[in-house]
Amino acid sequence: MISSSAKRRHALLTVIAYLALSAVGATMILPLAWMISTSLKAPAYAVEFPPRWIPSEPATVQIDARECKLAEWTSRPGFSVAVLRYSPDGALVQVIAPPARAGERLTLPEDQLRTTREISFHWENYAEAWRARGVRVREAFFGLAKRVDGFLVFYLNSIIVTICITIGTVFTSSLAAFAFARLRFPGRDSIFLGYLATLMVPAIVMMLPVYALLSNLRLTNTYAALILPPMFSAYGTFLLRQFFMTIPQELEDAAVIDGASPFAVYRHIILPLSKPALATLTTFVFLHSWNDFLWPLMVVDRLALKTLPIGLAHFQDSYTTDYHLLMAASVIVMLPVLIVFIIGQRYFVRGIALSGMKG
Amino acid sequence: MCPRLTPASPAPTPSSRRRTALWRALPFLLPNLLGFLIFTFLPVLACFALSLTDYRLAPIAGFRDLAEQIEFVALDNFARLLGWHREDGLLVANDPEFWRYLGNTLFLMLGIPLSIAGSLLLALLLNQRLRGITIFRTIYFLPTVCSAVAVVIVWKWIFHSQPNEVGLLNSLLMGLGIPNPPDWLGSMAWAKPAFIIMTLWASVGGYNCVLYLAGLQSIPQELYEAADLDGAGPWARLRHITWPMLSPTTFFVVTMSIIAGLQGSFLFTAAFLMTGGGPAGATTTLMLYIYNYAISWHQLGYAAAVAVVLFSLVFTFTLINWRYGQRLVHYR
Repeated sequence: MISSSAKRRHALLTVIAYLALSAVGATMILPLAWMISTSLKAPAYAVEFPPRWIPSEPATVQIDARECKLAEWTSRPGFSVAVLRYSPDGALVQVIAPPARAGERLTLPEDQLRTTREISFHWENYAEAWRARGVRVREAFFGLAKRVDGFLVFYLNSIIVTICITIGTVFTSSLAAFAFARLRFPGRDSIFLGYLATLMVPAIVMMLPVYALLSNLRLTNTYAALILPPMFSAYGTFLLRQFFMTIPQELEDAAVIDGASPFAVYRHIILPLSKPALATLTTFVFLHSWNDFLWPLMVVDRLALKTLPIGLAHFQDSYTTDYHLLMAASVIVMLPVLIVFIIGQRYFVRGIALSGMKG
Repeated sequence: MCPRLTPASPAPTPSSRRRTALWRALPFLLPNLLGFLIFTFLPVLACFALSLTDYRLAPIAGFRDLAEQIEFVALDNFARLLGWHREDGLLVANDPEFWRYLGNTLFLMLGIPLSIAGSLLLALLLNQRLRGITIFRTIYFLPTVCSAVAVVIVWKWIFHSQPNEVGLLNSLLMGLGIPNPPDWLGSMAWAKPAFIIMTLWASVGGYNCVLYLAGLQSIPQELYEAADLDGAGPWARLRHITWPMLSPTTFFVVTMSIIAGLQGSFLFTAAFLMTGGGPAGATTTLMLYIYNYAISWHQLGYAAAVAVVLFSLVFTFTLINWRYGQRLVHYR
């Protein structure tokens, strides 16, 4: 029997745990929520103090006890103004009469006005960011497309590059891992030692000479430069080899007796049994190359070849202070990955645990 | 090796069997091995070689002019990088910027222990058998999946502090009654703390947390039951069961975090996009220094030398860690 005081203590601990979890969760969400909030604001209201979480802007303003809508007239004997525009500072009005002061513009400070605000989401910010002139590409995809919206090009580039790198990595390193784990050939262990030795080397050490090589061959600003070098890190081969080693030898022996070739063993025994490891590698490589910044930054400076991260960086250069557009562009870049992650997160988290177990 | 079940057949001579074995392995090995040699293994050697030259990359040069671009300078780059000279009786580093940026890199790594402690704490919370825990775990992991560029752009906006445009963070601080919150990214004193805060946010619920959670879940429940019988309180259980049982995870997490911290790819993105390494070099890390030499100033020889030094740092650290750190690990 659990005593009631122990029960109460347990309930209290549960509440504390939830509070702590939620506090951290809120901290994690806040910047992302702020990004989405800003991305939906009107340009004039992207920067406001104090900040507003729900995008809204003044809909009416009270002038002389009358609620006026935007661009509406108001008048009183001898004095009438038209509301031109609202800004966070107040309302800009233009004097209509008396004629002596006609055309004069005044700002009525907000603290002297009574405005009502209306929630309004400016979805068109997304379209504007997508079509922004600063990232318009004149010609892309070997001349197949002309005058294309920047983010469309960045998206397609990211998709092309990421898919090629992921398939290439998983395919070639699973073949090599099979050779290292299941075949015997002279020099096997020393070659594998060579792979292991590079695991610890910072990536920049490899990048510099490869960058020099590509520049001298005039291969910068090509898809090959984006795709090929990242495909052959030792990590994938290492991860898969470790996993292949754990598959029982007996299964393979049985197939060999039946006359299976090494390739048949690879294709019909090793691969089907290694789905978790292959999935882990696929997710890691996909995520890494989708978000990779440094390598594309080094080898590509033509807009038509930029991937999403460096395309977004370029966008940031051109629209430094247009926060509503910057945030909309960031959401455009971030959203697909977030959705994929939220759908497949169970898989993903298991993959990390698997990769850490070897440590 | 255990003997393999093969039908009895006349034994082939050893050398011919070896040749056949290599012949059979090559199709599997070759696609990856070739790429690995060209893009990973040989470049490592080439980087060491480059570090002994004053190679300057001419923008439109091809291989024909290579001989003109490269001059062997032996250890000159390293003398300039690591050496010092006397100036008015004082010792002055030949490349004071390098030491400064090395200092920056190490300073920014101060966030690592905080981040690891936070990850452990979160993992302990997530390991409670509560409902809806998956949602929290997913939320904590979000920053890790997000594109670093987008994250950095948002944080730049959050840290923003101009007299007429106040970013989110300073608005909150002013709301809490702090009249003059710092100009985060614009001041020498606050730029590094700002980077650490952002890195903490980005990393605390990420890989390390998931690894700790996996470590926690692999601790046998019997140990806790036995401790309960002995009347151990929650603190004693944490101190004498959880912590020692997690030590292999901690070892792995610390090792990987420090290696990643020295390379600092997230901090590179942040410095590159938020501050350009400023103000006055306050957020320039070694990675950004290498990038500037290689890409902005085309001095690949010197960049390679800095990269070699970075590699030796990682190497030395890993060696020390394997030699001494492993003693602290409790293996089952």
